[in-house]
Amino acid sequence: MKTMIETRELRFAYPADEGKEPVFALRGVDIAIEKGSFTVVLGHNGSGKSTLAKTFNAVLLPVGGKVYVEGMDTLDENLLLAIRQRVGMVFQNPDNQIVANVVEEDVAFAPENLGVPTEEIRRRVDDALKAVGMSEFVTHAPHLLSGGQKQRIAIAGVIAMQPDCIVLDEATAMLDPIGRQEVLSTIHKLNREKGITVVLITHHMSEAEDADRIIVMDDGRVAMDGTPKEVFTQVEELRSMGLTVPDTVDLLDRLRHSGVDVPLDALTVEACADVIAQAIARN
Amino acid sequence: MEPILQIRNLTHTYGVGTPFQRSAVEGMSFDVYDGEFLGVIGHTGSGKSTLIQHLNGLLKPTSGQVLLRGRDIWAEPKKIRDVRFKVGLVFQYPEYQLFEETVYKDIAFGPANMGKTGEELDRCVREAARLVGVRDDQLDKSPFELSGGQKRRVALAGVMAMEPDVLVLDEPTAGLDPAGRENLMANIRDYHRNKNKTIILVSHSMDEIAQNVDRILVLKNAHVLMSGVPAEVFQRAEELISAGLDVPQVTRVARALRERGLDIDPAVYTVEALEKQLLALRKGGAAC
Repeated sequence: MKTMIETRELRFAYPADEGKEPVFALRGVDIAIEKGSFTVVLGHNGSGKSTLAKTFNAVLLPVGGKVYVEGMDTLDENLLLAIRQRVGMVFQNPDNQIVANVVEEDVAFAPENLGVPTEEIRRRVDDALKAVGMSEFVTHAPHLLSGGQKQRIAIAGVIAMQPDCIVLDEATAMLDPIGRQEVLSTIHKLNREKGITVVLITHHMSEAEDADRIIVMDDGRVAMDGTPKEVFTQVEELRSMGLTVPDTVDLLDRLRHSGVDVPLDALTVEACADVIAQAIARN
Repeated sequence: MEPILQIRNLTHTYGVGTPFQRSAVEGMSFDVYDGEFLGVIGHTGSGKSTLIQHLNGLLKPTSGQVLLRGRDIWAEPKKIRDVRFKVGLVFQYPEYQLFEETVYKDIAFGPANMGKTGEELDRCVREAARLVGVRDDQLDKSPFELSGGQKRRVALAGVMAMEPDVLVLDEPTAGLDPAGRENLMANIRDYHRNKNKTIILVSHSMDEIAQNVDRILVLKNAHVLMSGVPAEVFQRAEELISAGLDVPQVTRVARALRERGLDIDPAVYTVEALEKQLLALRKGGAAC
């Protein structure tokens, strides 16, 4: 497997007030994100997860250590454009990342800036809008769309750059359940069908259930790293870091404490119901 | 219980006479009881925000009425200001509305406008700050030095300090992490318990609504789809799902268990309650 993004002893601190010691938001992070994978980064507010995400396309540069994007050092200014073309970002607030008055112009913004020929831009914009299921809105005004639709336009704008990786920094936090579902199914489809590497930063445990891998950040370090089953079954550790577990795991955990013989790693509703029904039938 | 607010056939239409004419609220009627904790849930565009802006007279009904303690709030339009002191509204992302030099002054702005002075004003400010977990030493700080979560608490305290009879909260926990969400909801529950005031909580999160409120009002396409205690509402899971809403994950597990032939109440909505039912079922099974 090829590596998309790699960090080595990555440290980062935001500039401090005069006379004060800088506080490190990242204190030595070593991770490698594989190409084509779907990774979720969890952590409470202030754990360093958003800071980490912003180092992935050189929005923030390491204070110590390195970040490599397909082998390119983010500290090398000459590689900046190439890095940003490979890794696109989608942020939290849909209203802050739309720049044009018409949907298709907004999606065309990045390829225009990259100097892509007009014909090619047309094709990319149409493909990108199709990929996020927004083709019928091509000439609409973005401000009249719903939050979920706006985020899908923002994602289309990133896809039009033809990146290898999309980083979503709490991109679903301001959306309602339907909008959240729209965005999630869109990025899962892009991951599956176009092989785009996805890094999803989120508070919502339910968004992590289908990931290939979960990284839990705490106090600027990687606290846990594994598959959803491996991570979510560590109920006590997650709680001690201010995170919750899915209700399915919570229920299974309680039943186990009451002496019911069920496994802890049935994350989905169906799997959870299956193991409980089996345990009751055995009784 | 007495109704404190009565919504009578309320309709609000935007853009009357233009091609964009659309009713965001259409013929809604319901009561809010004194001292209750009411949850309002509905998909985006269901009319939630338009509805709550009628409760303290920020919007005027196109037709229909809002009665506060039996009186139409628009009976004397000049007195609408008094209604705003009785029904306090906390908008989404209220931290963007802070403006004063210090946290103390920001919280004091509302009650001072109501005419409170001296010791009474001081008591309101300190009590509200304590209720939302803002420490005494933070009161002299600039609100802009605080973290996002703390700013939100200050903004909430600013409305609580007016001690409104009805406190309306629009998505108070949006964007917070799980611990922050639970903390803030605990503050709101404390306020409800200590002050015995009516709370209306607007939320997208079925789990949050299920765990906190006495009664739920479900909106769909500008109408009231249903209302009732959580157990009644979750009994109608199919309708909720078709209204673009989520049912709590626990309720979905309960329904999946029922499909597998287990005798479980499909409207159960807390992990504790489902655990209890399952353990009872196991005991019953063992006795056979």
